[in-house]
Amino acid sequence: MEKQEEWEGLIKAMQEGSVRAMARLISRVENRESGWLEAMKSIHYKSGRARVIGITGPPGAGKSTLVDRLTRDLADEGFKVGVIAVDPSSPFSGGALLGDRLRMKEGSAIEGVFVRSMATRGALGGLNQAARDVVKIMDAFGKDIILIETVGVGQDEIDVVKTADLALVVCVPGMGDGIQAIKAGIMEIADIFVVNKADMDGADQVVSDIAAMLEMGAEDSTSRTPIVKTSAAKGTGTQELIAVIKERLETSKKDPAWLEGQVKEEILVLLEKEIARHLRKQWNKEGGFDKAVKQVVKRERDPYSIVQEMTARFVGESPA
Amino acid sequence: METEKKTRVLIAKPGLDGHERGARVIAYGLGDQGYEVIYTGLRQKPEDIVKAAVQEDVKVLGLSILSGAHLALTKKVMDKLAAENAKDILVIVGGVIPEQDISKLKGMGVAEVFTSGASIKEVGAFISSQLS
Repeated sequence: MEKQEEWEGLIKAMQEGSVRAMARLISRVENRESGWLEAMKSIHYKSGRARVIGITGPPGAGKSTLVDRLTRDLADEGFKVGVIAVDPSSPFSGGALLGDRLRMKEGSAIEGVFVRSMATRGALGGLNQAARDVVKIMDAFGKDIILIETVGVGQDEIDVVKTADLALVVCVPGMGDGIQAIKAGIMEIADIFVVNKADMDGADQVVSDIAAMLEMGAEDSTSRTPIVKTSAAKGTGTQELIAVIKERLETSKKDPAWLEGQVKEEILVLLEKEIARHLRKQWNKEGGFDKAVKQVVKRERDPYSIVQEMTARFVGESPA
Repeated sequence: METEKKTRVLIAKPGLDGHERGARVIAYGLGDQGYEVIYTGLRQKPEDIVKAAVQEDVKVLGLSILSGAHLALTKKVMDKLAAENAKDILVIVGGVIPEQDISKLKGMGVAEVFTSGASIKEVGAFISSQLS
């Protein structure tokens, strides 16, 4: 049971304060190394304290600079901060350039701040779970507040901030055509709107555009969504933002319906991925997958009947 | 497709050197080869570089130095890595490095030195040969 001992050793070291152990754990869990489920079981029970804030918005909105500012201000107040900076993997090479850390030089240099860059890795719905796993690990280590930053261009990246306690959507002036430029879906998830680079012309217009859109939303709750102006680069407005964040964290204390939704998603995603992994492993062992692929390419078979057959085999029933 | 193992690399520029094109080219190039590359930008202190390397749990640390201070800066980084129990990270150095200093760097524990003219392909190939 050597592998198991390695995991346990890492978890123990992490609990004793080893940053390297925490970083190692994150990598192993992210890579789904054998034994990861067992390890996450243990880590799950050690987590649950940290508050999570998701920050998203279009590229160029200054998110990383804002996250850096927030990190510094929160660390000043004594919070232990963890940051997860998500960037897209290339669908072609599978690699990624993770450049958010570049803008967080000051924040990441502070003692007690942990910054981890994460690539989406073609997640297809698994990004939420990957983020949750990392959040739990940082939580178990002892982080009080965890900031997750994503670029809000793909559905996956937008969805990630829904897993957080609070979702911040960052907009900037000069995006042309006001808020319409922002991808649909982002606007609905915001718990707080941040208009960054507020020293630029057009900032007030963005604020009123957002306010108008919220009015049209018609629900009571959306019209109370705060809009905060900041200039992360200059450091203005961030104190006010933190005050709003704290107030919202208080009032939005884990709504049970939201929590249940999160748990449902978590269980289902984990389950689907695990079953698929097992199935594929088995199938690959017999060489069956490659064989099936060739048959479909030659049009001897169709993908649907293959799936029917594999599912039936797995479930132990005759094909539907 | 599924979360296959990815190799994480940190490209860093220690000290006061302001020429980052080479570092960026390498960073992008390695990304194109399937690595996950974290680039931490200009004017990093050795201790911050090592901190980042540990937090990001990278397998490879690439130092880009064109300022001439490569011996002093690399020594600082290597010492810090040792202090953090992170000597298993593969360290490579690139930039403007005189021939006679290459062996000195390797003596400090640097695995390979890539001077200007080295191709991204070479760098990628070296890394994968060392890690397999």
